[in-house]
Amino acid sequence: MAAASGHGKQKIVLKGVRKSFGAKHVLDGIDLSIDEGQSLVVIGGSGTGKSVMLKCILGILVPDAGSIHIDGKETTRIAGRAREGVMKKFGMLFQGAALFDSLPVWENVAFGLIQGQGKNRREAREVAIDTLAQVGLGPEVAKLMPAELSGGMQKRVGLARAIASHPDVLFFDEPTTGLDPIMSDVINELIVERVKDLGATAVSITHDMASARKIADRIAMIYRGRIIWEGAVGDIDHSGNPYVEQFIHGRAEGPIQMDILKT
Amino acid sequence: MQLNFLAIIGRFALGMLGEIGRFSRFAAKSVLSCVQAPFFLRNLLQQTMTIGYYSLPVVGLTAVFTGAVLALQIYIGGSRFNAESIVPTIVVLGITRELGPVLAGLMVAGRVSSAIAAELGTMRVTEQIDALTTLSTNPYKYLIVPRILAAVIVLPLLVLVADIIGVMGGFLVSTQSLGFNGGSYLKNTLDFMEADDVSSGLWKAAAFGFIIALMGCYHGFFSRGGAQGVGAATTYAVVSSAVLILASNYLLTSLVFS
Repeated sequence: MAAASGHGKQKIVLKGVRKSFGAKHVLDGIDLSIDEGQSLVVIGGSGTGKSVMLKCILGILVPDAGSIHIDGKETTRIAGRAREGVMKKFGMLFQGAALFDSLPVWENVAFGLIQGQGKNRREAREVAIDTLAQVGLGPEVAKLMPAELSGGMQKRVGLARAIASHPDVLFFDEPTTGLDPIMSDVINELIVERVKDLGATAVSITHDMASARKIADRIAMIYRGRIIWEGAVGDIDHSGNPYVEQFIHGRAEGPIQMDILKT
Repeated sequence: MQLNFLAIIGRFALGMLGEIGRFSRFAAKSVLSCVQAPFFLRNLLQQTMTIGYYSLPVVGLTAVFTGAVLALQIYIGGSRFNAESIVPTIVVLGITRELGPVLAGLMVAGRVSSAIAAELGTMRVTEQIDALTTLSTNPYKYLIVPRILAAVIVLPLLVLVADIIGVMGGFLVSTQSLGFNGGSYLKNTLDFMEADDVSSGLWKAAAFGFIIALMGCYHGFFSRGGAQGVGAATTYAVVSSAVLILASNYLLTSLVFS
């Protein structure tokens, strides 16, 4: 079924992770391992548990059962300073960018540097402007408010915020959702470049196969809260798994049935 | 039929207990966060301006009209047994002990509790609160604590302003249309007012500030379901703050300040 990855040092390991909301079992025993420096993309349809899995790794949600090890340390039950210590290793690009409305762009990018690392504001502003340049945005954008930016620019600012503090692990939640194909490709390129520059481990979730093919070293498919296939990106087209084949070809017919009332 | 009825009661009881538990946990975590570093002073100052300075017009207008109408009503009532001279005393006691803190509290609840719930609710549904967590920043310390501390500090100041403006409202009506002498009105006001009258109102205001910020933060922080959820959070925040202000006012007055 799932789980073992390559042969490098394991950065993130999930074992038997379960999470339910009331009677709905969203994660039903996730086993997944991500090697250091690897870019893993988790694909799957809407409501299959991708975002919940990501939030469990990030500590935003606490799993009901199972373990999540980051750099060999169990993290599911840690809180307070220990949690903040783990979070310092992470950078995250949210689906809707999740920029802070009340802060200008540069403060959004510098947020982790000012609050998390205690950098002074002037220094942090300079780093923010440099980081914005790395995602193709000029210094004139720095003083704008997030509401003044287009969707693509917001995503790029979100990416700049994620990489500004040089994290060990980068998470991308549906990085191309809501963008046109060209801007999607720009974001994909930026993700690949920045992850490579940082030498970071990357975990992305998406249902955009073009994006998955571009940014992944490995791909895992989640279905009904379980990893049903995992392999190198080059193996995705001959996985031999009917669920994966239906998903990557976007067919309505196949083992994955949508809950649609047909008349 | 009977089983269904029992199931409904059971579900209601479980839901209510769950909500009480969640609220208690949130309140305890918020209060504990108020005394633990780090402190976000920039946010505290910003909230002090938002909650305090920008509430001045609405609190001032409420106070001046309340003081004015109080003077009119007491004059009408007092004149029935030739006790018109009691107007300054009743106005100052009424304003400082009850109407100042309660009406300022209710007005600020309407203005601030709803704004806090809407802001935090929007942050929740757009994942900005999750983003804070991923940036190694505790949302309780960054978002909740500055709002609670600002409201607790600022409400007594607003009530002090409301007390002064309310008394002046009564003074204006009494001297301009009820025929009172300005000097003797002020003398009566000061002679019969005690420090406890003012301080009890200020202590109550601090409690109301805590309630307003806590309810706004609680409903906003746990809102879900997009725009509709944020709208509902705003409504719950205002209604629960107003009800809790009135209930706690009675309890505080009867147990501590009576």
